[in-house]
Amino acid sequence: MTDGTMHGHNRPAPHVTKADIDRGDRLHVGREVIVDRYTKWARLNHWVTAISLILLALSGLALFHPSLFWLTNLFGGGQMTRMLHPWFGVVLFFSFAGLFIRFFRLNLPAREDAQWAARIGDVLKGNEEKLPEVGKYNAGQKFVFWAMSVLIMILIASGLGIWEEYFTQYLTIEQLRIAVLVHSIAAVAIICVWIIHVYAAFWVQGTLSAMTRGTVSGGWAWRHHRKWLRALAAYGKRDDRPDEPKS
Amino acid sequence: MTINVNPPVAADTTMQMGPQDYIRRSASSVPAPARQLEPVAKLIDVSKCIGCKACQSACLEWNDLREEVGVNTGVYDNPHDLTPNTFTLMRFTEWVNPETDNLEWLIRKDGCMHCADPGCLKACPAPGAIVQYSNGVVDFVKENCIGCGYCVKGCPFDIPRISKVDNRSYKCTLCSDRIAVGQGPACAKACPTKAIVFGTKEEMKAHAAERIEDLKSRGYSNAGLYDPPGVGGTHVMYVLHHADKPSIYAGLPDDPRISPLVEAWKGVTKYAGLALMGFAAAAGFVHMAVSGRNRVTVEDDEEARRLAERAPGAAPLDPSKEPSA
Repeated sequence: MTDGTMHGHNRPAPHVTKADIDRGDRLHVGREVIVDRYTKWARLNHWVTAISLILLALSGLALFHPSLFWLTNLFGGGQMTRMLHPWFGVVLFFSFAGLFIRFFRLNLPAREDAQWAARIGDVLKGNEEKLPEVGKYNAGQKFVFWAMSVLIMILIASGLGIWEEYFTQYLTIEQLRIAVLVHSIAAVAIICVWIIHVYAAFWVQGTLSAMTRGTVSGGWAWRHHRKWLRALAAYGKRDDRPDEPKS
Repeated sequence: MTINVNPPVAADTTMQMGPQDYIRRSASSVPAPARQLEPVAKLIDVSKCIGCKACQSACLEWNDLREEVGVNTGVYDNPHDLTPNTFTLMRFTEWVNPETDNLEWLIRKDGCMHCADPGCLKACPAPGAIVQYSNGVVDFVKENCIGCGYCVKGCPFDIPRISKVDNRSYKCTLCSDRIAVGQGPACAKACPTKAIVFGTKEEMKAHAAERIEDLKSRGYSNAGLYDPPGVGGTHVMYVLHHADKPSIYAGLPDDPRISPLVEAWKGVTKYAGLALMGFAAAAGFVHMAVSGRNRVTVEDDEEARRLAERAPGAAPLDPSKEPSA
């Protein structure tokens, strides 16, 4: 079998460059291949963001619909929920800003994204062999990344405006009404994006370890992010090859 | 017609209204009350007001509130706006009547209008923080208030104020604690010209009709009652000499209603939003059940090894060596 032949399909391997990998990515070669996908700082950054997003969702939903007001008990009552929610938002904003800086480069659009997205039916059926080879992130992951980025900007801007303790006095009541409506719609949207994100991580077996241990199996990388794996094999840091000196 | 705003304190002061008379309770539902209280109203006759602020003082006194000593900016309004301590405020407007070229000094006692369709209550997310009695009184229950300020966004009249001291929302209660024992509101009791009167809503409408007739006979052809239908009518009403343009009275809304933005937020967004989130979660479960997990195969692992082996500069694979991670 050659590079261009897999799963019975003949197609040329895509051109890869060093730019297709992140600094922390690394290949461990042995009886099986293991790939470093996220550094411990990236994982810590991710989980701070994740926990603040969950706390935000719970405290926000408590004030969104009366049937969910009981969620305020998790935070020590209604007054405490009202007080804490904006601060969770501040934590999320700065934490996500860290993730944005780490991840945005490889989440920029690539040639194969349109084709991948057009074959969303095959994605959902798990027909990986019908999809183009993708880099570190596929178009679905890029959608989650950019949707989160945009929605968090909308949420922090509208949320600061309706932060009763500090900022509402700077807006007119009509502006506050717009802000609270925008905030609630954006919140519904981000919770839906979050559901997609979490579901995809569970559905695609072997994904969670990327954010727990920081590694994925070589087979996972080959199956889902082949272009990334090719770049990593050719240009990445490997156990069996001395690291290039830092320039 | 005599309006008795100051009935003698009855020997028997049993509570005439209470939680059993709620017809609405924020973010929760109430059972239909067993009885219907007679709707009440406060009528403020702007044409009789002399701007003495006795009502403001009475309000502070009855509710045991203190206002900070303010700063004079050259207008009579004092304080400059409603505050968590000032539930009612005389607003002074100097208006030149274009028809007569006369300066008219319009004085309006601002405060909660006690809407039949209260926007504050609609917006409130805290169960029981805002209640409406069957006699029309809309009251804030501060023990349940969480200080989010949603009532401020819901109110068409810009009335509620959030205290920076205890983070709770405050506004005129229509002296619900006085009404409950058969008394009129403190402001009505203190008013020296009977510009503020209190009684049943029907009585107040009849009284207003007399006043309007009188004003019309004096040349105020547009005199009328302010009982805006956009909010279902109010339980605080004004007699205005220029009822055709309420906004000249320090911005009294011409046609108040709950903002469509608030209706959208508390209506379709709330229900469609919950449904959408539920649908997204359900879709995940269905997809997992139908298509199963997307698993990595043994072939995938082998391909990865072959690729790693072939790569330029790769050392020959040692099948016995464990990867170092």
